[in-house]
Amino acid sequence: MWTTWVRERAVRTLPPEKLLPDRQPSYVSSWIYVFGVVTIAAFVVIVLSGTILGLKGPEWWHVTGIGHFFNSIHLWSVEIFFFAMVVHLWGKFFMAAWRGGRSRTWVTGAVTFLVSIGAAFTGYLSQQNFDSQWIASEGKDGLNSVGIGSFFNVADFGQMYTWHVILLPVAVAVLVIAHVLLVRRTGVVPPYPARGSTGRQGEGAS
Amino acid sequence: MALLVTPLVLGAVFDLNQPANYLHWHFFQMSVSNFIVILLMIAVFIAAILIPFPKRQREP
Repeated sequence: MWTTWVRERAVRTLPPEKLLPDRQPSYVSSWIYVFGVVTIAAFVVIVLSGTILGLKGPEWWHVTGIGHFFNSIHLWSVEIFFFAMVVHLWGKFFMAAWRGGRSRTWVTGAVTFLVSIGAAFTGYLSQQNFDSQWIASEGKDGLNSVGIGSFFNVADFGQMYTWHVILLPVAVAVLVIAHVLLVRRTGVVPPYPARGSTGRQGEGAS
Repeated sequence: MALLVTPLVLGAVFDLNQPANYLHWHFFQMSVSNFIVILLMIAVFIAAILIPFPKRQREP
């Protein structure tokens, strides 16, 4: 059966001791390695606060006190999300995190960053205030000039809201899951070997 | 009490009810708030490299 093939392939690719490890290499004991998980934690808060905002609607988040509170939670978790993701990106860039067969991990991370920018942009467009109208009127000219304004219409609230609350969050979630599974498979990238050492670059994965 | 006072103090220090301030370098411009966030990210990046990570106590 195909389910047997899928199970055997999945276990062979990512055995349980790699999927849920109980220890990490000693070089992971550094603050620079925490920003990936900070980004994921912020993403969870974004999704939870966004779900509440979506269920209650624009009038609630613009008029009521508790609506303002959840609107602010959503905004500031996005700020932390991008802040931590950029520090994570810098850390991985300067330790060349694509070494040792980790190119797909690097690429999924970079694509996640780009998709997240789209998610944030459609979020600004979904605010239902003068700010979102201004951003839409400015953004449409840029998107029309590159020829995609006909099917990605920033002045269409319904379309932008669907991108923001369904399509792009699902895309980010799928990419993050793939990114984390790839990290589990190849291990956390080690720092560069010390000068004069004989260790090969890219080794040391758990 | 602190919960009530803190937003008032922060609101007085960081007055957001006015147009944003911008920095200009020839054709390039950036809001002061974005510039501060970039400086903070650089500071946190450097701190993350320099500050030692707390060691886990060995179990007996």
